[in-house]
Amino acid sequence: MIKRFTVLLLLAGLATIFVSLALGYVPDSSLNYSALYYADNTVSDTGAANIVTAIIVTYRGLDTLGEVTVLFLTAAIVGLVLKRGAKAGKGKPMLASGELLCTGSGLLVPLILLLGVYVFVNGHLTPGGGFQGGAILASGIMLVLLTNPMRHFSHRLIAVIESVSGLAFITVGILGIILAAGFLDNSLLPKGTLGELFSAGTIPVVYSFIGLKVGAEFSSMLVNLSETEGS
Amino acid sequence: MIATIAIAAGFGLILIGLYGALTNRNMLRMIVAFTVANTGVNLVLVAVGHMFGRTAPILDSVVPVSEAASRIIDPVPQALVLTAIVIGLGVTALMLAYVYRLYQTKHTLDIAKYSELKW
Amino acid sequence: MSTLLLGMSVVLVIAMIVTALVAISERRLSIAILSAGLVSLIASVLFLLLAAPDVAMTEAAIGSALTTFLFFFVLGRVRGESDD
Repeated sequence: MIKRFTVLLLLAGLATIFVSLALGYVPDSSLNYSALYYADNTVSDTGAANIVTAIIVTYRGLDTLGEVTVLFLTAAIVGLVLKRGAKAGKGKPMLASGELLCTGSGLLVPLILLLGVYVFVNGHLTPGGGFQGGAILASGIMLVLLTNPMRHFSHRLIAVIESVSGLAFITVGILGIILAAGFLDNSLLPKGTLGELFSAGTIPVVYSFIGLKVGAEFSSMLVNLSETEGS
Repeated sequence: MIATIAIAAGFGLILIGLYGALTNRNMLRMIVAFTVANTGVNLVLVAVGHMFGRTAPILDSVVPVSEAASRIIDPVPQALVLTAIVIGLGVTALMLAYVYRLYQTKHTLDIAKYSELKW
Repeated sequence: MSTLLLGMSVVLVIAMIVTALVAISERRLSIAILSAGLVSLIASVLFLLLAAPDVAMTEAAIGSALTTFLFFFVLGRVRGESDD
């Protein structure tokens, strides 16, 4: 009772702060200084049509490197915490999946994987990119897991894909130091014309590696969780 | 106008999520409330970048490069929220793994029963 | 046109608040997890109305789908007490 009253008191204090913030909010009428720079100079600097992609991969590429590192740590810790113990063979016998699920997933999983690859290859032209494409790839793997829970996924293959993609991302960045203006610089490959698939320098290459790495990490998290035994 | 509605909704979600995380004793319910609060924070961040009458920051035949500065909204909050959503999922996955391992030691989800760290 | 968008956003916000209240106070845990996924889905539509298509795709794929998958995996392994 006292605890609930204290919680409500704390939330009332937060609510007054939030109400004062929300009432005093006036939307901008024109772009601020840094947004104006991004709007005017993105196409001439990087050649990408999607400004958010250009910010994530080139202008603030170091933050994306930090995010990829955090995701790698998360996947590694989940794999360590849930390591397959000595309880193999103790699970309940599973029912076979229905025929609708098996046939449907056989038709849908290649299409879902293709959609994921399309989303991260075209990240510099349309809304999309590596993180969205990686999540769609992981959803496709999830459908395979739902259909056949006893299927043995090769952890080694997922780990190899993830490590190679991460190493390739860092290599493209270091090649930027050697051959171009700095770490993760865009001008290794030619900028091309606006709106083509092979344009915007190294943005499609880098985002493809990020997409594969993110997809492999989410898949490894899901596979680790599904291989734990019921207790 | 729509930005103010979205900011109010985001603040409401944060308050609801915090209340759920502080009042429940079942650990899985606490994680569900934390997820709701996370969604609220992302909503507030994206709503701050919205400007009335303008469109998304993607340049194509409808929004050519020459008039981009007067027709698109601020792209920086969207880049921040992309990172925040992905890392929110990572934190949720870690919390769920820890809850599973804690459950394996004592077979209860009540957080008041885990009292080894109390004085 | 813009009053239509405004009306849509008001309806969506009311639905989101009601769903969030269900998510933190429902007895059965599986309904609470599905309500949290529904909050993420409505937030994804709101992101689209706020002119942020990249964020809408990310929230729909990650916040709505993958988070619900993870919750149901752990819920299936933890078939124990569900007190409070």
